[in-house]
Amino acid sequence: MRLDELTRADFPILQRIINGHPLVYFDSGASSQKPRAVLEAMNRYYERSHANVHRSIHTLGEEATELYEVARDAVQRFIGAPSREEVVFTRGTTDGLGLIAETIGRTLGKGDEIVVTELEHHSNLIPWQLVAKDRGAVLKAVPILADGTLDLAALDRLITRRTRVVAFAHVSNVLGTINPVTEIIGRARTVDAITVVDGAQAAPHLRLDMSALGCDFYVFSAHKMLGPTGVGVMYGRRAVLDRLEPGRGGSEMIKEVWIDHAQWNDLPWRFEPGTPPIAEAVGLTAAIEYLEKLGMDRVAEHERALTHQTQEGLARIPGVTVYGPPVGVDRGAVVSFTVEGLHPHDVAALLDAEGIAVRAGHHCAMPLMRRLGVVGTSRATFSVFNSPDEVSLLLTTVAGLRSAL
Amino acid sequence: MSSATPAAKGLYSDVIRDRWRRPRHRGDLPGANAVAEDVNPLCGDRVRLMLAIAPEGRISEARFIGDSCAICTASADVVADLVSGRTRNEAAALEVGDVLAVLQAEIRPTRMRCATLPLSVLARALDGNAKP
Repeated sequence: MRLDELTRADFPILQRIINGHPLVYFDSGASSQKPRAVLEAMNRYYERSHANVHRSIHTLGEEATELYEVARDAVQRFIGAPSREEVVFTRGTTDGLGLIAETIGRTLGKGDEIVVTELEHHSNLIPWQLVAKDRGAVLKAVPILADGTLDLAALDRLITRRTRVVAFAHVSNVLGTINPVTEIIGRARTVDAITVVDGAQAAPHLRLDMSALGCDFYVFSAHKMLGPTGVGVMYGRRAVLDRLEPGRGGSEMIKEVWIDHAQWNDLPWRFEPGTPPIAEAVGLTAAIEYLEKLGMDRVAEHERALTHQTQEGLARIPGVTVYGPPVGVDRGAVVSFTVEGLHPHDVAALLDAEGIAVRAGHHCAMPLMRRLGVVGTSRATFSVFNSPDEVSLLLTTVAGLRSAL
Repeated sequence: MSSATPAAKGLYSDVIRDRWRRPRHRGDLPGANAVAEDVNPLCGDRVRLMLAIAPEGRISEARFIGDSCAICTASADVVADLVSGRTRNEAAALEVGDVLAVLQAEIRPTRMRCATLPLSVLARALDGNAKP
């Protein structure tokens, strides 16, 4: 049985009729839909077990704490982190990257160098711009080649003895490019730079193993991987977390407090000030269990097939340009395209009229858009519930678009 | 989809289609003395509006260039239409409703900024030229 046949009934929102057509949701790259198991887990938590965590000495407080910490164990298992202390909950990828930039930023000095890439989401660019401005650090970007992959020869030139941070996406949210993470980390290691990987577009689709990747930080959001909005994960290698001062302060992240100083809490709570997103963490556990039940290799295989079908089909339509690595090169569940003579927003609006949801615009990657020479693209992204029939519908609809406006 | 569906028809009126395909005021205006440009941060669309304003304050010609969607392009074309021959004050008094009335489309909230961007560019162009 195909994965979509197995899972479709679990997603209540797929019953929606949009503009007279059954919903075809190709925007999971922006935010995925949620299976009933996630919605029920969060509801059950609020109806039966809600209280604040780590502080309340009563039954509900204990239950909530237990559920919250179980989520940490689930994440540890899901990403292959060596220890649970390395799993820090955030509000999402943007929050996690901001937290890392603020925390590491304080250790940077004038002339220190930060290396990012030309295909970053703004969330992995702007925080570093702010840090560079604040500390007098230098921000450099690895360019991309014509096929949408990183110019690794340029990376070798850009990484110098002054490089303190190398931050990059695992999978491009526009091109789908899967960056050679271990190779980049290997080069960053030669100068002892801290490595930060934006895994927002990878965590929902690929089997992850932090031990094998060897990065210092890996960040992602629950809401792109069938989980709820408002919670994300910052994996941090213990050796690095141990030597970093907390970037943000508040309750929960301290052991003892005086008026003029404080003693920090143990890992991972040292990096989790304030009441965390508890129900959202519970929802994330359910999402992880759902994905684990399907099997991440099977998820990746299903989405790879849909991605290839879309790439090949779109490339055959006159006037359509497909961006990113060519067919045959492995990529994430992302296909960006433009239709000659049509603006990406109009493409998205015309597809929406047929019930098909795609993302359109600059995808929070303006430097990449400039590099591609477009104002924006339309982008189809895939999840476990999408079917080959839905892709066929997208292809026939796109083929008719140029006469539609 | 050989012809537009009803849902698409509501969004893309005949006026929008027509002005998207054949804008009347698209192009450079070398003699312009009031120029402004702005970007829609939502989509990266860019509109540049150029006005030729006579010494007594009447807009003799308006043209636009830009990288923008059908709604934004049609709106820019309508704005250029509406301000041509008007005084600065009359042009400054132009409102979203005036443009929408010409476009005859059901602009949804997510696309409203596409329709209003040319108007905010107009306001800037008139502002920038405030001091003679």
